[in-house]
Amino acid sequence: MAFGPITLTLALPLLGALVLAFVADDPRVVRIVGLVASVATFVASLIIFVDFDVSNPALQLEERMSWVPAIGADFALAVDGVSLALILLTTFLVPLILLASFDSVTTSLKGYVAAFLALETAVIGVFAATDLLLFAVFFEFTLVPMYFIIGIWGGANRRYAAVKFFLYTTLGGLLMLVAILYLFSQTGSFDYEAIRALELGTTEQHWLFAAFLLAFAIKVPIFPVHTWLPDAHTEAPTGGSVFLAAVLLKMGTFGLLRYALPLFPDATVAWAPWLLGIAVIGILYGSLVALMQSDIKRLIAYSSVAHMGFVVLGTFALNATATTASVVQMINHGLSTGALFLLIGFLYERRHTRQIAAFGGLAKRVPVMAGLWLLVSMSSLALPGLNGFVGEFPILLGTFQTAPWAGVLAAFGAVLAALYLLWAYQRMFHGPLVGADNEHTTDLKLREIGVLAPIVVLIVAIGLYPKPLFDLVEPSVERVLTEVGVDAPAAEPAAAQTDQ
Amino acid sequence: MTFLLAAEDHAATANEVVEAASGFVGLAWLIPVVPLVGFLLVLALTKTLRESAAFVAIGAAAVSFLLAVGVATQVLGDPATYVRPIGTFIQAGEFSVAWDLYIDQLTTVMLLVVTGVGLLVHIYSLGYMHGDARYERFFAYLNLFLSSMLVLVLGSDLVTLFVGWELVGLSSYLLIGFWFEKAEYASAAKKAFITNRVGDVSFMIAMFLAFSVFGSLAFTDVLPAAGELSSGTALALVLLLLGGAAAKSAQIPLYVWLPDAMAGPTPVSALIHAATMVTAGVYLTVRMSPVLVQSVPGMEVIAWIGIGTVLLGALIALRQDDIKKILAYSTVSQLGYMFVGVGVGAFREGIFHLVTHAFFKGLLFLAAGSVMHAMANRTDAWGMGGLRKAMPITFWTSAIGWLAISGVFPFSGFFSKDQILTEAYNHGYFAIWVLGLLGAVLTAFYMSRWFFLIFLGERRFGDDVHPHESPASMTAPLIVLAALSLFGGLLNFEHSGWLYTFLAPAVADISDVGYEAAGGIPGFGLIGAAVVAGLVGIGLAFLVYVRGDASRGRMLEPIRGVPAEVLERKFYVDELYSLVFTRIGGRFADAMVWIDTRIVDGLVNGAGATSLAFGRVTRRAQTGLVRGYVGSFLLGALVLVGFLLYSVVV
Repeated sequence: MAFGPITLTLALPLLGALVLAFVADDPRVVRIVGLVASVATFVASLIIFVDFDVSNPALQLEERMSWVPAIGADFALAVDGVSLALILLTTFLVPLILLASFDSVTTSLKGYVAAFLALETAVIGVFAATDLLLFAVFFEFTLVPMYFIIGIWGGANRRYAAVKFFLYTTLGGLLMLVAILYLFSQTGSFDYEAIRALELGTTEQHWLFAAFLLAFAIKVPIFPVHTWLPDAHTEAPTGGSVFLAAVLLKMGTFGLLRYALPLFPDATVAWAPWLLGIAVIGILYGSLVALMQSDIKRLIAYSSVAHMGFVVLGTFALNATATTASVVQMINHGLSTGALFLLIGFLYERRHTRQIAAFGGLAKRVPVMAGLWLLVSMSSLALPGLNGFVGEFPILLGTFQTAPWAGVLAAFGAVLAALYLLWAYQRMFHGPLVGADNEHTTDLKLREIGVLAPIVVLIVAIGLYPKPLFDLVEPSVERVLTEVGVDAPAAEPAAAQTDQ
Repeated sequence: MTFLLAAEDHAATANEVVEAASGFVGLAWLIPVVPLVGFLLVLALTKTLRESAAFVAIGAAAVSFLLAVGVATQVLGDPATYVRPIGTFIQAGEFSVAWDLYIDQLTTVMLLVVTGVGLLVHIYSLGYMHGDARYERFFAYLNLFLSSMLVLVLGSDLVTLFVGWELVGLSSYLLIGFWFEKAEYASAAKKAFITNRVGDVSFMIAMFLAFSVFGSLAFTDVLPAAGELSSGTALALVLLLLGGAAAKSAQIPLYVWLPDAMAGPTPVSALIHAATMVTAGVYLTVRMSPVLVQSVPGMEVIAWIGIGTVLLGALIALRQDDIKKILAYSTVSQLGYMFVGVGVGAFREGIFHLVTHAFFKGLLFLAAGSVMHAMANRTDAWGMGGLRKAMPITFWTSAIGWLAISGVFPFSGFFSKDQILTEAYNHGYFAIWVLGLLGAVLTAFYMSRWFFLIFLGERRFGDDVHPHESPASMTAPLIVLAALSLFGGLLNFEHSGWLYTFLAPAVADISDVGYEAAGGIPGFGLIGAAVVAGLVGIGLAFLVYVRGDASRGRMLEPIRGVPAEVLERKFYVDELYSLVFTRIGGRFADAMVWIDTRIVDGLVNGAGATSLAFGRVTRRAQTGLVRGYVGSFLLGALVLVGFLLYSVVV
């Protein structure tokens, strides 16, 4: 098929952005165009989901057009369970992000909405492209709107943060592009399946894996290439932070699973123990640094480093349970951290500060916000019954089966997450209500509750019944693991041997 | 009913596993769901319901209790392990968890205790919490707790048990911090949650290990296969489970959160922090008893942790003056007895003590609440005295609770505590038996001190307080619990009594362990020793606090000087933890922040600065340059080292 729901999903936001270029700079018109485009995109993505065959692990619903015939590059799109889940997450969140931003963005709302719609197209392209050149183009293109979102609508130190974000992530992308060109030189094609079928020597695999890894590691971000994230998060406007945490970071872990693992299986197996170690360091280190932050946005940014550490851990555990759960955890982190950044944004609009010390005793004055904040924090610290648990627990359990030491060490992240989240909550919402600023903080408005409500519903629903989500992603994950050569290792009932 | 599989090589008494969806077992899913709905309803409709919210919550608790009674009749009439299928929870690779319910005799006992005491505490709160600004929310949280605790006891899988386990932690957090305006109350809530999380890590690792051995965490898979465990794995599993249980049930070294948890409203202390939630660790270990018996050394660790906690809690309770704190340390100590029971292989006696303790400690806490209600929320025992006249119902019911916990025949606590100690002796643990008797003397002493200082003697408070008896909504639960504390011993009047026989199919058979008695003391001698221990404690307290001149206040205390200081400061454990975790841990985290900003990010900025410096040489660049050069040098070195390492490894 040349044109279908995937192309539609990809094109709709861009179309919205184009329409914005021609309409008057009237906030009401801009809001309507933004909402219509993003909701239509969400609907289009649901059409993909309806057409999708959950039991089929392969890339499906392919839509292909010739793009650069001279080098055989195609405009080829297709989805598997993993990319579909991430596309749905993206299209689900964008309308909410826009809705949350309408009041807070005062300078050039039109540009802001257009940037987000362009960003949405780019991200969907990253998840759906099955041509490596196309993938690389989308991957790099995400930087442009995000650079402007941080640089124009960001906080006081936005220029520094935007440049750092741009340079840091471009650096990784360039190396990946070189690797892609090398792969093209070997196959004469940019087609994903063709490259996947390529048999590479071990040395080649190691170099190529390293190039892809660097690009994706910066995106995730994996320790120690994470320091652009706290700056970008802190300076980005609310919508930017939400999108960054919820979706952009997933490009990294998605890339690992889609490209680094199946294309370079030998290198993956060789590097896996090291990456497990780095993931564990990321979890513990990110949590400890989060603990000591005085700025709530920076705190949550570092918590992302820790949480994404869990995703990386599950990915390189190379175990059906852990790796599948790591995809589920990508979605969970998107929802929980996205909701936290929304709440921080709502609070910031009221108080114009992010310093934890400026708050105190708020629960008495803003019970609804406090209740939702606690719920989302609980989701983030993986309280059972909420979504975080169904991702984190199987990641740890699965990791323990292949690398017990990593599972044990990472489990301590559970204590630290509770510590930094509840300590922050206590300082902001508990204790005596002091100061006129706290006294006069108003509770969430209906519109704000409306923005959070769909996310909260998913947080609870996935927490209680995650089966549909697991069913969606598991076949595709198992296909990757088969490619890597670790077919869902069964838990060995080896009671007798495991003495001590 | 369809028969799944017959339990195989267990003792003849073992249950059959029956998949069931009929009768009350079929409706058992409603037991946790009804209070959950109550929670949501009250939360959503707070403004509409106002004070009638309390009745929604009480109604939900009552429905759960009646359903639990229904389940109990079914299990009594047709004993089996019922598995009520519900559906999949998590299915990822080889790992699979179901929401199914697991109902056997042990579940039944827990269901009745939790819903029964739960209902009484709900009713009690009607009067106790009256007038509170967040009255409705309190009832919502009570319902949330009840629901969570019922998930815990009904789960058919370690993972779903853990779901309840964590959700009771959340309810506990919410209720300890109910009056969050007070900073130290909020801290107490956080401390409870974090300390429990430490235990949870241990519990989670236990599950990871169990899964790698059994390939499942469902009780129907794990428990029958426990015999296949090697001794080393069994020991590791038992110790890891103990780590989880010790946090939830406030055992050494993780008990520190429970005394602070008294920040919560008193009904919460009674329900969550005495009668039900804190016994979850006992429930967990008894549920896993087939695993426990695979490692007698592991069980001995449990027994010693238990007896250590008995003495620690009892010693600290000797010199506390806050009537709730005394009960809190008493709870720590009594939970220790339950762990002793589990550790010496007296699983059913441990559960028996869990039941009687739920009665008498629930009673004592509610009585303390009644006293506080009467005394304008004062809690200093030395500022009370002579309350027997003003509040006769509270006085008489407290007297029953006091005699029950002090182990006086024929009150319920006598039977359960004596049976644990007797079993310790009969299973060869002489030292634990002796220390347990010492603990019984201390218990009787500090509880008598509590009782005498509150109710007997002359009043030691001014005319600004006008004590009065509490309303019927509060005294009625006291009377019911007093009756249960008085007659609860009938459940297991003799050593192999009714409860013992009833629970037999649900716990591990210990006949293969090969226990031998510690010596030749006959049964009545052991009972006599227990009786004497209680009377000695009461007698000594009587001499000090009733015969002595109570108007002299703390001058009366028999323990003085440095030992008193050590007890009042609770052996400095909180100070030690604060030093290690807050000071040293904080330094460590600070060091991580330094590394992150100066080294990890410093390198990045340094690299940036260097490239900038290539472009323009400025005067200011000097410091930036040095840092930049160092940075790029380090970066280059790092790449080089990485490359070398890589070429060596691959």
